[in-house]
Amino acid sequence: MRGRGGAAAKGGQDGQAGEAGGSGQGSGAGRLRRFRGPQNRNLWFWAFVGPFAIGLALFTYVPLAWSVYLSFFDAHNTVSPTDFVGLDNYVSMLGDHAFLSSLGTFLLFTAFIVPTTYVVSLALALMVNRLRFAQAFFRSVFFLPTACSYVVAALIWKLSIFNGVRFGLANTVLGWFGADQTAWLSTSDPPWYWLVIVTVRLWLQAGFYMILFLAGLQRISPRLYEAAAVDGARPGWQTLRHITLPQLRATSVAVVLLLVINAFQAFDEFYNLLSDARGYPPYARPPLVYLYYTALGQEQNLGLGSAGAVILALIIAVATVVQARWFGLGRKED
Amino acid sequence: MTVSKRVDPRVRTGRALRAVIVTILAVLFLIPFYLLVRNGLATEQDITAPDWTFFPRDIQWSNLTDVFADPNLPLARALLNSTLIAVSTTLGTVLLASLAGYGLARIPYRYANVVFYAILGTLMVPAAVTFVPSFVLVSTLGWISTLRGLIIPTLFSAFACFIFRQYFLGFPKELEDAARVDGLGHWRTYWRIVVPNSRPVFAAVGTIVFIGAWNAFLWPLVIGQDRESWTVQVALSTFTTAQNLNLHELFIAAAISIAPLVVVFVLLQRYIVAGVERTGIDD
Repeated sequence: MRGRGGAAAKGGQDGQAGEAGGSGQGSGAGRLRRFRGPQNRNLWFWAFVGPFAIGLALFTYVPLAWSVYLSFFDAHNTVSPTDFVGLDNYVSMLGDHAFLSSLGTFLLFTAFIVPTTYVVSLALALMVNRLRFAQAFFRSVFFLPTACSYVVAALIWKLSIFNGVRFGLANTVLGWFGADQTAWLSTSDPPWYWLVIVTVRLWLQAGFYMILFLAGLQRISPRLYEAAAVDGARPGWQTLRHITLPQLRATSVAVVLLLVINAFQAFDEFYNLLSDARGYPPYARPPLVYLYYTALGQEQNLGLGSAGAVILALIIAVATVVQARWFGLGRKED
Repeated sequence: MTVSKRVDPRVRTGRALRAVIVTILAVLFLIPFYLLVRNGLATEQDITAPDWTFFPRDIQWSNLTDVFADPNLPLARALLNSTLIAVSTTLGTVLLASLAGYGLARIPYRYANVVFYAILGTLMVPAAVTFVPSFVLVSTLGWISTLRGLIIPTLFSAFACFIFRQYFLGFPKELEDAARVDGLGHWRTYWRIVVPNSRPVFAAVGTIVFIGAWNAFLWPLVIGQDRESWTVQVALSTFTTAQNLNLHELFIAAAISIAPLVVVFVLLQRYIVAGVERTGIDD
C-alpha cells in the first residue's frame, strides 16, 4: 500500500480545490487531513462533479443565454452587436415562408420516420429474437450500419443507389422490369427524395433500436406466454398484442422519445443528399439546415438565426412536455 | 432440439418463412457496404457504365494507395484529425462523465438532485438550438479551425453522465464499504475499486462516444473551416457536393474512413450490446 503520497499525487483537481477552500480555515496537518478526508462531502462531490458541470454550463447554458440575447439584436456578421431591434427578428422569422416551410418539413419528416423506424426495428427484434440459428450473426448484420456515418451512407445512396442515371442500382433494377429512369433526388412531384431520405435513416438507425427492443424482449418472462397459451391465445398476433407490446411499454416510450429527439436534429442526411455544387434546393429544408444557411451562410445573420433557434427551442419544449404527459413519462410503472 | 420431436407443420412453415425474410433483409442491409467496396475498387468507367453490373469487371487494388496521392483530397490529414479528435473526445468524455456520474450516484450532497436535473435538462436542448450560439462562443474564444474548438465543447456529454450515474447506482455497495474500512478515500476507492470493476460499462460508453465522435458532421463542418482542420467526414462531404469528382476515389476514401469503426465495432460489439442493454435506458 502506498501512503498518503499516493493521495497527494492524485492530480490538479484536489490541489486547486485545497487552495481555494484552505484559505481562511487555518492550517495544520489535522485540518488538511479533515479537509481531504471523506468527511468533507461537499468538497468531494464538487471534485468529482465540478469539472463536468462547469464545462456543461459553459458550453450549453452560456450559448443558450447568448442565443436569447442575440435574437433581440441586429447581428450581421458580428457576435457582439449594438443595434437592439426588439422582437423584429422574431416577427420576420414567423413571417418568413421559408422558415415556416422548414418547420413543416420537420413535422412531415417526423411523422414519417418515427412510426416507420419504430415498426421496422420492432419487427427486426421480434424476428431475430425467435431465430433458432445464427442469431448473433443476424443481430450483427442489422446493427452494423450503426457504425456508418450519415456522410458515407448519403454518398452511397446519392451516388450509387438512387443516382438519377442508369448506372444507379435502383434504376438498374427497375430497368429490368422495364421501368423508366427516375431522378430520385431532384423529383419533387411526386416527392421521390423522401424515399431516399427515409431509407438512409432507416438503414442507419433501425439496428440500434432493434437492440433496445431485443433487451426489452429478453426481460419478458416466458411464464406470461405459457399462461397465455393455457388461456387459448394463439401465438402470433394475439400474444403480440396482449403480452409482448404491453410488456415492451417502457422500452417503447424510450424508443419514441429518442426517435423524436433524433428527428429534430436531422441535418446530416438532408445536407449531404440534397446539396450540391449549386447549393441547396428550395424544398425539404428541415430547421437545422435552414438555420445553418441563415446564420452561417452568405449573410451570417446571427440575430435572425438565433431568433429561429429560440422559436424552435420553445416548440421543442412544448412538444416534449406534451409527449411526457401523453406517455405518462416519469410515472412509476406498477 | 431433438429430431424426434413432432412440430406442427404450420409452425415449421412459419419458421422457414421467417428465416427466408430475415436472410433477404440481411442481404439488403449488407448491399450498401458491398457497393462502397465495389465502387471503391472499380474503375471510373465501371462505376458509370450504362450497363451496370453487380460485380465490377476489373478490380483495381491500386485505388487503395492512389487515393492518398491526390492533392485535392487531403485524406491522410483528415484521417489524422479524425483520429486525434475521436480518441481525445472519447478519453475526455469517459473520464469527465464517469467522475460526475460517480459523484452524483455515490457522494451524498444536499443539492445533488438539483445538479442532476440541471445536467439532465440539457438533454432536452437539441443541437439545433445551441449550434449557432456555440459557434459564436467558439469563434469568440478564437477556436475556429483548431483542434481545441473541435474537441473541448463536445466533451461534456449529459447522456454519458446519465448512463454512468445509473450504472454506479447499481454498483455493489459492499465493495466500496470494504475499501472504506481499508482506509481508502473517495478518490482511491474510485480508481482502485470502482473503475477496475466497471470495465464493460466503460467500454460500452467509450465505443458509443467514439463512434459518435468519428461520425460527427455538423460541428466539424461549422468549426473546421480550414482544409487543414477537416475531419474525414467533412472532407468526404465537400467532395460529394463538388462538381468534378472521381467516383472511385470518393468511394475508396469512404471505405477507408469506415474501416477503423468496423474494426472497433467487430471487436467490441459484445460490450456495446451489453452496455446498451444494461444502461437502464428503458427501466
